[in-house]
Amino acid sequence: MELFLFVIFSLLTVGSAAAVVWHPHPVKSALFLILSFFSMGGLYLLLQAEFIALMQVLVYAGAVMVLFLFVIMLLNLKPRGEDRTAFKVRIRWAGPLALLFVGGVLTAMTGALARVAPAGAQGPEWVVAQGGNIRALGRLLFTRGLLPFEVTSILLLVAVVGVMVLAKKERR
Amino acid sequence: MVPLHGYLVVSALLFVIGVTGVLVRRNAIVILMCIELMLNAANLSFVAFSRELQNLSGQIFVFFVMVVAAAEVTVGLAIIVTLYRNWKTIHVDEIRMLKG
Repeated sequence: MELFLFVIFSLLTVGSAAAVVWHPHPVKSALFLILSFFSMGGLYLLLQAEFIALMQVLVYAGAVMVLFLFVIMLLNLKPRGEDRTAFKVRIRWAGPLALLFVGGVLTAMTGALARVAPAGAQGPEWVVAQGGNIRALGRLLFTRGLLPFEVTSILLLVAVVGVMVLAKKERR
Repeated sequence: MVPLHGYLVVSALLFVIGVTGVLVRRNAIVILMCIELMLNAANLSFVAFSRELQNLSGQIFVFFVMVVAAAEVTVGLAIIVTLYRNWKTIHVDEIRMLKG
């Protein structure tokens, strides 16, 4: 059952990611990206990372993609014919190179796998004893990850101010 | 239980699809979306390794990657809106003021 779900979710994720690159229309690309993010949330659930799965659906498939769709519709973008022919020329070169690159990434990853440390102490039983994934993560986040968590708020503040400055209309 | 390698293959495929998208597409918004795909591929391998090594730090890391990605998207989209206002296009081949 788990293998079946894994195959379904990963095919959906990879297939709709390819459709994001392939589809000439930006709105449809964005919709395929939402599908890809949703099925990736399913993959996170299979990995027993419930908090990350929830965040994936709320933050990525929700907030980030609403922002993308809003900007696409604000700018009223349409696909252009000459882009498509240039795209087809480029993909003829990029496709085989991309396959080569997959091989390279996988080799690097298996090289890393050979050096992984032995299993840590935070296995499924530990997580259950902590009261679930979300509770365990929260405890870790507010003890060991407290400083990065607070720095995050500064980053978000900088982003908010930066966006306001960038998007403001200049008065001449 | 699905082995780690399955997730790593999915992650590698997603990352390479993102790289390919950045290289072949010329619409700035689609390029931003492909960068999101690459970040998500990295997140997937973080969570997969977190399960494999039985260490929750990987999931904490994914949380921070998501925050950075959200900030990056808002700033990137604001830059795109400003570019469109000045150039009336977001086709990256036509925006070449810095090319000299």
